Formats: sequence, C-alpha cells, structure tokens
Amino acid sequence: MQPSRLRLAGLLLAAGVFLLAPGAASTAVAQVTLVGYWNPIFDEDFIERIPGPNVGDYAGLPITAAARKRANTWDASLLTLPEHQCKPHPSTYGFRGVGVLRIWDERDPQTQQLIRIKTHIQWQAQERDIWMDGRPHPSELEPHTWQGFSTGHFEGDVLVVRTTHLKAGWVRRNGVPLSDAATMTERFFRHDDLLTQVTIIEDPAYLSEPLVKTNGFSTALNGTMEPYPCRPAVEVPREAGEVPHHGIDDALPTKEFADRHKIPEEAAAGGASTALPEFMGKLPSLPMLEPIGDPNEGFGPPPAPPAGRGRGAGPGAAGTGPAAGGARGRGRQ
Amino acid sequence: MANLTPRINWPRLAVLGATLTTALVSGVLVTAQAQQAPPLPNFDQVTVRAFKIQGNVWMLAGAGGNVTVQAGDDGVLVVDTQFAQMADKLLAEIARISGGKPIRYVLNTHVHPDHVGGNERFRRAGRAIIAGNVAQDIADSGAEIIAHENVQTRMSRVDGTTPAAPSGALPTDTFFGESTEVYVNGEAVRLIHQPAAHTDGDVLVHFRGSDVVATGDIYTNTGYPVIDTARGGTINGIIAGLNRILDLTVPKDKQEGGTMVIPGHGRIADEADVVEYRDMVTIIRDRVQQMMKKGMTLAQIKAAGPTSDYDGRYGATTGFWTTDQFVEAVYRTLGGK
Repeated sequence: MQPSRLRLAGLLLAAGVFLLAPGAASTAVAQVTLVGYWNPIFDEDFIERIPGPNVGDYAGLPITAAARKRANTWDASLLTLPEHQCKPHPSTYGFRGVGVLRIWDERDPQTQQLIRIKTHIQWQAQERDIWMDGRPHPSELEPHTWQGFSTGHFEGDVLVVRTTHLKAGWVRRNGVPLSDAATMTERFFRHDDLLTQVTIIEDPAYLSEPLVKTNGFSTALNGTMEPYPCRPAVEVPREAGEVPHHGIDDALPTKEFADRHKIPEEAAAGGASTALPEFMGKLPSLPMLEPIGDPNEGFGPPPAPPAGRGRGAGPGAAGTGPAAGGARGRGRQ
Repeated sequence: MANLTPRINWPRLAVLGATLTTALVSGVLVTAQAQQAPPLPNFDQVTVRAFKIQGNVWMLAGAGGNVTVQAGDDGVLVVDTQFAQMADKLLAEIARISGGKPIRYVLNTHVHPDHVGGNERFRRAGRAIIAGNVAQDIADSGAEIIAHENVQTRMSRVDGTTPAAPSGALPTDTFFGESTEVYVNGEAVRLIHQPAAHTDGDVLVHFRGSDVVATGDIYTNTGYPVIDTARGGTINGIIAGLNRILDLTVPKDKQEGGTMVIPGHGRIADEADVVEYRDMVTIIRDRVQQMMKKGMTLAQIKAAGPTSDYDGRYGATTGFWTTDQFVEAVYRTLGGK
C-alpha cells in the first residue's frame, strides 16, 4: 500500500470515529448559521409595513367574516388605553415590523449542543426563544406569551420553527385580529448576506386558510441594539372601563377604503380568494361601489375624518411612532 | 368535636350539584330554552395536574374550577375545592406540594358546586390554628372555610333548586362589605368581594407577596362569562370585576408577566389576557345596550349577532352555556324584559 493511501485511510478512520462520538452529530455537521445582526428589507408590502395600512384594507388576507367584522369595528383609539400601550408585536407579526433583528444561539458549555436560538427585535424589545433541544411544547394550561413557545430543527440548511401558546394579536395593524388559538410554522433560509423568513399562520377563529407571508433581512455588519423601555400613561381622560370601538352599524371602513382607492369592495374586504393570483383576472368583472366620498379623490392623502367620529389609522395603524431603528414611543410599527 | 355528619349524601349531591349548577345557571336564567346539563366527567379517569405559578402559589387543574394552593411553613391555604369526587386526588397533590403540611384555610370564590364540592372533605383533612379553652375541639373540626356571606346563605338555603349543603361544607367564617384578609406563609392574602358579577357572592383572592390573583369565575378564558342571574349575577358586575382584576395586576414588562392570574376555568393568564377578555365582554355589552336603545327585541338582538366576531373563540351552540344564553343574560341584566 502506498504511504499516501495509508494517510487517506487514517484520515477516513479518524473522521468516522469523530462522527460516531456521542453528541458529535449536531455539532460536527456543517449547518448554516443565522447568528448576527440583520436589517429588515421593506420592499415587500412596503405601504402596509411602513406608512401603515389603511383602515378597512383587508385585501390579500384569508380572513373569516368574523375577523372582518372585528376589524371593521376596531377603533385605533384602543391603543391609547394604558393597558394597550406597551404591547409588543406577537411573533406572528414582529418580523414584519421595524427595528434591527439580532439572532444568537446558546450552547451547552460542555457538549456545545445547540440548546436554543434567541431573537431580539428592537421595537418593544421583542425577545424570543426557539428551543432546539427537543423539548415538547407545554401543557395547554400554561401561559400564552406575545412571542409564544417555539421549537425548531434544521432541515438541511433551513431552520424550521413551530410556535404555539401565543397571545391574541393581529395580522395587520388595522384591527385584523389573530386569536390566542393561532399557531405558526416558520422557515428561515439564509443566502449569503440575505435572510428570508417564511411564516405560515393558522387560526381556527379568524383565518379560513393559512396566511403565508415572507420577510427579508440583510446582514448588518455594524449592528447595534438599543433598549426599548415602555411605561404607559393616561393619554385620554375616559370613564373607567371604557373600551373604544365602533358600532356594528357604523362600520364602513372597507367601503371607505374601496371608494377612496377605486377598487371593488370585494377586493378590499379580503378573504382567501383575494390572496390568489387568479383574483387579479376577476377584478374587472367585480362591481364598484357607488362613490361615497369625493369622486376626484384618488390615491392622494386621505381626507380628515368626519368631526366627532374619531375613525382613523391612529398611532397604531399609521405608524406615527418612532422611526425605524431610532427613537422610542408607543406607536405600532 | 363538631358534628360533621352529613344530613344528606353530600358527595353524591355535589356531583348532582355540578350538573345542576350549570343547569341552574342557565335553567333559571333562560327558561324558554331547552336545557342541557353538562356531562359529568368520569372522575376515575381525571388526573390532577399541578402548575407552579410563582412565589408560594400553585394552580391545580382536574375536573371543575381551577384550585389555587398557597403552601409554606404555616401550612396550606386553598382557594376552591372542585367536586367532592376530586377531593382525594387533590389532597394527595397538595400533600406532595406542601410536604404534608396541614390545610389551614379554604377560601371559596363563589357558591357553585364545581368550586365548593370538596369543601367538607378538605375541611376534615385540615386543621385550623386556634387558641383558647375549646381550641382542641375547634381545631379538630378542621380547616377554616372563608367566603362572602352570600355564599353561606345560598349554601344553607333550600330554595327548590339547590339542596342545602351539610354543615361541614359550609363556610365557617364569612364577611360582608368590600374585603377581608388573612396573613399566612409570609404574605397578605386579600379576599375582595365583587358584587353582582358571576353570582352575588364572588371574591377575588389576591396573594400580595406572590403577586397572583385567583379570580373565580369572574374571569375564565374558556368561553363567554357565565352570568348566574338566579344568584345575582349581572353583566355589569362581570365587567366591573374584570376591571377590578386589572386594577390589581401590574405587568412586568411589555404588557406581559408580572402579576399572574389564575382563572376560574382555563389556562394561566396575565394582565394582557384579562385585557383582551375585558375588551371583548365590554364591546358585546355596549353593542347589546345600543341595540336595546334602538328598541330592538331580544330576538332581534340575537339575530343581529352582537357576538358573531368572537364566537369562533368563545362561543358555543351546545352545552350548558351557549352564546344565546349569554346574550340573553346580558340583555336581561341590562334591564331587558
């Protein structure tokens, strides 16, 4: 046997022994790392995510009639209640929001086995654990949290995450609700300096079909993270126990939105069919509303709300809080 | 030693009561509707699950309302006792948690048998802290049972719908007015009466040191609030109770954690969960009230669907407490005829 072949055999033997060593599998196999600072890319759904969604715009969301009704009666003034002011985004929405994302992992100091992947998003300090150690999800009687309980595993280079135990939240910042029975599956893909997150959200109460969204991030080589303290305050004097909301009868936001943007009400109202490409072909045949506003008004700035009605995007929907990655405040981002 | 011999077969009665209570809640309330008693669980197959909340406080789940346990060097304080058939299993779990410490206090959040059914058994298993020349007799009679006076009144009353409870199951110490308190295991425990909410005898139990609130059925997260109008419950009392809970709770950060909430039924919660529920109940109350102002009848209000956007999460079309019954209770307790 040639000396070079001996060396090769020795190397192969050593590699085999190493791979058979207890606990070596998950640490030795090369796997993409997501660790680092990431800046959100807002090209996708920019208007919804940065200026903020219009009240009454549910297009493209596979929502139920119940979700539509809740959104149509939602009043942005709800967010002025002290008990609503410091709510962070739930993990079902947080990756769509603003603020730097930091990802790091925690490993057993002895074995270097991956225990969990942690994420932190600046706005409202959304911090999350993705358990990678095979632990089961907790009992249905355990508390629900904004970020939920997440477990993950790698499928090749793709991180797959399953989340349960979520608090009731939202899927769009104009009152479209998500119940605390919702669950989420995510897939994280890394391609060099880009990170893509796919979310698949299911909710028996408010979604007729899974809601699929993607969010993009790019590496932030000079990443920093600021704290995000939040302490609520009384912003509007109210009678104790008052909960702002619109009545069923005066719930017209979808009509207003459709009229303002000259689109069929059926499109504005959302629903599973509006999430499909085929819906575009259907649009020309859908009836338009009789104008209920200024017929010359198009995509320009929205008119002031009627006096005393109080409808409007408000601090939450309009995103009038702090700018991305910058100052602090209570606005929904 | 006090005579604790039941005049009637209370354990069996408690099971019956479990059926009856909910039936009564709805039966007395909504006489026009066919009532469906809830199926009783097979108690042999029910296991008790214990959840450490924080501080000295645990939650036990089995069959019936959640049981809150506070354990420490002084002994054990228990809030609610589920059904009589669950007593042995619950007591075994409490002994495990507490290291065999005696039960000193049993607090009742309200009168329903799925919360007081085990009272007699729990009392017998416990031992009060007593001094004086009759101390031995009193201590031997078991743990103290503390409740609002309306709980004792209703448990004692033979009113044609509920049989009177045996003396051993009755509260031994009652209070009237806003609140009463005990100090045990190094922390103050306040019983706060919430008038005319789920019933007329509701109390919230606030563990000030452990920072936990046990709410009884003023707050549940399994469905719409049950309003026992036959026993003095009202929608506005429920909402006032939910807001009272929010007065007691302080989230740790970002509207999460901090004061923890043990609901009468359902999962462990915190302030944000109660806010979500309070908002829902308040909005539905406001809608029904608005419809009543327009002169709509109960049938018209039901047809208008004032709850339809919440039914997927909280509603029920069958069982002992349906969405229809909830809407009717709201309507009636807002003055609808």
